Amino acid sequence: MKSVIARDLVKVYKVSGRKRGSGATVVPKEVRALDGLSLDVEEGTVLSVLGPNGAGKTTLVRVLTTLLTPDSGEATVAGVDVIKHPDEVRKVIGLSGQYAAVDETLTGWDNLVMFARLHRMSGSASQARANELLEQFSLTDAARRPIKTYSGGMRRRLDLAASLIVKPKVLFLDEPTTGLDPRGRQEMWGVINSLVDSGVTFLLTTQYLEEADQLADEIAVVDHGKVIARGTSDQLKREVGGERLEIVVEHQHIPAVREIVSRISPNVVIDEDLRRISAPVATGTKALMEAVKALDDAGIHPLDLGLKRPSLDDVFLSLTGHVAASEEK
Amino acid sequence: MNAINDSLVIMKRQLLQLIRIPEVLIFSTIQPVMFVLLFRYVFGGSISTGIPGVDYVQLLMPGIFVQTVAFTLAGTAVGLAQDMEKGLIDRFRSMPISRSAVVVGRALGDGALNVVVLLVMGLAGFVVGWRPSSSILSILGGFAFLLLFGFAMSWIGVLIGLSVREARVANSAVFLTVFPLTFLSNAFAPTTGMPKALQYFAEWNPVSTMVAACRELFGLTNIFGVTADSLPAQQPILMSFLYMILLMVIFVPLSVRKYKSSTSR
Repeated sequence: MKSVIARDLVKVYKVSGRKRGSGATVVPKEVRALDGLSLDVEEGTVLSVLGPNGAGKTTLVRVLTTLLTPDSGEATVAGVDVIKHPDEVRKVIGLSGQYAAVDETLTGWDNLVMFARLHRMSGSASQARANELLEQFSLTDAARRPIKTYSGGMRRRLDLAASLIVKPKVLFLDEPTTGLDPRGRQEMWGVINSLVDSGVTFLLTTQYLEEADQLADEIAVVDHGKVIARGTSDQLKREVGGERLEIVVEHQHIPAVREIVSRISPNVVIDEDLRRISAPVATGTKALMEAVKALDDAGIHPLDLGLKRPSLDDVFLSLTGHVAASEEK
Repeated sequence: MNAINDSLVIMKRQLLQLIRIPEVLIFSTIQPVMFVLLFRYVFGGSISTGIPGVDYVQLLMPGIFVQTVAFTLAGTAVGLAQDMEKGLIDRFRSMPISRSAVVVGRALGDGALNVVVLLVMGLAGFVVGWRPSSSILSILGGFAFLLLFGFAMSWIGVLIGLSVREARVANSAVFLTVFPLTFLSNAFAPTTGMPKALQYFAEWNPVSTMVAACRELFGLTNIFGVTADSLPAQQPILMSFLYMILLMVIFVPLSVRKYKSSTSR
């Protein structure tokens, strides 16, 4: 069963030219935030939508959470049509955005009780649920403090708690760790991972390759409003090319090592500056053993030697031709 | 039923804000009280009421009440713009709640804040010599009328707040619209002293009509200049009601529509 299905979504924004920092040029132009985007998410799994700023991730989340009507295309969430029955969709989703969408002047407890009341829970049930969530997200000590005194990580956790008042079938997390420090990010990952086991379907957007790698069952790489690649982290890495054998040696040994490596794999790449000889290999560890043996026989002691699997950064670079998150807005 | 429940929850949120940051309430009452003192003691001595035997303060207080509740919409606009910036409106819109609850609750909450503000101002007025001469029922009616006016005006704020999306812009937008309306009126000085052309504007100004209605309810007679025979001059209470209905007929649907389609960016 697919919990989320998006087909050929298109959303075009008219930008009136006076976008941030664009200076004097007043040129009306269209931005195709979604340009025929299609994807689906299997029930109970985590799909990470990975892409740089401006790739259309947030617009996708807005369409799927009924905040925005697409110009064309269709989408269902938990089997319900997003465009035709937005009210039904709202009953089964949770949304946690890029910023903590809570009332900062109120306390964490106030906020959760308010959201529970808006979910039509009774007064006492609302308070009980608020306490439960504060406990679950380790915010009990801060429950009676205004949100504005919270750290970034605490705000995100409270925001996430607010989207879980009634257990959603599908939870949308729009860049849940953007702007958090490494510790806050680790904490947030822990929280998200614990939710994954509860059977909720996740669609989470991120600019961080590491985050997608950590949290997602599957990754959809998005660029310029389209999905340009889709698969598990391993599949995507394989798509870019399998493992590479990398050997770093003293300068004088480079020709000899090139000779050895070329016997294992024909496409040898030499980086003189890094004194690195590398080549793609089909049979990972076997190639490594061969190389070690040949080097030993030749009496060459490498400075570094190993098999390198491509990172998601490599994946992104080879798919889009530019580095993730480098697109300056 | 659900719409009412949701609106009340949103309204309660605003009242909670007042408890959590009482400074807001304190400052929103200090400013009008300063106006009372300023006009009563600084300008008041030089302004003629045009009515023999009536002190300026009797004329002034209804004017300041109206000005204060008219500015309710500043809080509404700024508050909604902030909710927009913070993404809170997005969250509400992604929840299965009534489509009108967030804006209705907001307008109700701001209306409720006026209860406190008017109470403080009424006391301040009493201290500086304001003595309404009508019956207690009529006086209470006057205050109820003011609350209704604040509620009606706050819908303009809803539309401004949801449209400009930035709190600081909302603040200036409100100031630019409401400030001229309250000063180009009979609130602080009789319109009879104004140039003729301005009199037409000032006397048809809903703020003037509202002030005239309050003065009537607080037991004063009104003096109008060029438009003395017009409906606002003859029937200020009725006309104020019509203005309020007109305001709501225009701004409530526009605001609810705006809310349904608004996203933070």
